[in-house]
Amino acid sequence: MKPAIGLALALMAPAAGLLAHASRAQTGLPPGNAGQSAQATGPARTAPGSGAPQERVEVPPPPFSDGIFPCSGCHAGLPVNPTRRELTDMHADIVFTHDAQHRWCLDCHDATDRDSLHLAGGDRVPFDESYRLCGQCHGEKLRDWQAGVHGRRTGDWNGHKKYLLCAHCHNPHQPRFRALQPNPAPKPPTRPGA
Amino acid sequence: MEPEGRPQRVTRRTFASCAAAAAAGWVLTACGPKRLYEVPRARLKKALADLERRYSEQYGTPVTVADTPPIPGVEFAYALDISRCIGCRRCVYGCVEENNQSRDPQVHWIRVLAMDKEKGIDFTHADPYYEPKEVPQDGHFYVPVQCQQCRNAPCTKVCPTGATWTERDGIVVIDYDWCIGCRYCMAACPYGARHFNWGEPTIPKGALNTSTHYLGNRPRPKGVVEKCTFCIQRARAGRYPACVEVCPVGARKFGNLLDPDSEIRYVIEHKRVLVLKQDLNTMPKFFYFYGT
Repeated sequence: MKPAIGLALALMAPAAGLLAHASRAQTGLPPGNAGQSAQATGPARTAPGSGAPQERVEVPPPPFSDGIFPCSGCHAGLPVNPTRRELTDMHADIVFTHDAQHRWCLDCHDATDRDSLHLAGGDRVPFDESYRLCGQCHGEKLRDWQAGVHGRRTGDWNGHKKYLLCAHCHNPHQPRFRALQPNPAPKPPTRPGA
Repeated sequence: MEPEGRPQRVTRRTFASCAAAAAAGWVLTACGPKRLYEVPRARLKKALADLERRYSEQYGTPVTVADTPPIPGVEFAYALDISRCIGCRRCVYGCVEENNQSRDPQVHWIRVLAMDKEKGIDFTHADPYYEPKEVPQDGHFYVPVQCQQCRNAPCTKVCPTGATWTERDGIVVIDYDWCIGCRYCMAACPYGARHFNWGEPTIPKGALNTSTHYLGNRPRPKGVVEKCTFCIQRARAGRYPACVEVCPVGARKFGNLLDPDSEIRYVIEHKRVLVLKQDLNTMPKFFYFYGT
């Protein structure tokens, strides 16, 4: 199990680095990479062909509720209680339906560095790279997201693309989409006099 | 002595007058209006300026009419994830606003069909008029249909005036000034993607998208056919079409078919992809896929 996670991390790490810095620096296709690692660097790849603009990727900051971040603002002085329990004092508004049988707050949120998340292997991940955490289980979705196929894209099809983090669309605690009210149906055709 | 039954000779006079008439007709035709791209640049610029002035007066706001040409090395294609679409119709109204469709009489370039999961993709049981409180409904999936931008487009073949054609970047366009409103193309289109302006189009004051393209979203007169152009005014400027950006579930994908690293190529190479009514050999550049 461990080596598998390590391999996955090793493959994702370059992608993560590229993504995080993509808005600041131009990124090129690393020389000599093929197969999986090339796929992992999906969104930051340069468009081939002469004169094609460098693909840039922009990811907005994570969607925190008002006043909730940094977590250390409250948690810095609090002792860590690692026992799994129903939260009553604070965060009681969080309804947790994301594989709740098997997981709990501290499986994703880090207990020592309260302002970050952590992977299954213990590596800390900042909130603006939370897709690495999601990708541990949803690896196929992460690959599609990096290729630009999972999730909404805005901006330029051949240039500066705007990505969203997983958490912008899926509430990490209740990832299923809420139902929407549809816009009005088209008017059926009418005949004069009918 | 001439034998009987021999056809009468054309006299010199008849021949001369017929030839003169033909020459005059040919000259007059050549003097008339020409299709876009056939007119000299200077005249095209003047025609566009005239249009801009006319629209600006009509709508009381400055309107630009572009004639951005196709980008070399680009062929546009579209992919829609049927497993994600929830049928919310955000795309329908996003398109109306972007492309200046008439609000009354109502014209929608995108039609979202609600289909039964039991029946699969079945147009005979599809319902475009579904109106539940919330979508997605249980047991249903949704297939938005718009112009499929066919490579082998039946609509362009039947046009008697050459008012609709396929551009080099694969977009099937209409020149509203050449359309005579015969609606042959609507009869030819197997996807119901073309729409006719039965009445004078109305767009509320201030709702006009003033960034327009000659072959796309410029205001249309009554009596012409219109349809989706992949938002030609946006796509040729490098931007995603409006429906791609407005989709809340990210089901819509757009890009360059000739770029091996594009999103569209990733979809075609990694996902289960289908086109509508494949048996008609229209070869759409609008693909449907299952993202999961």
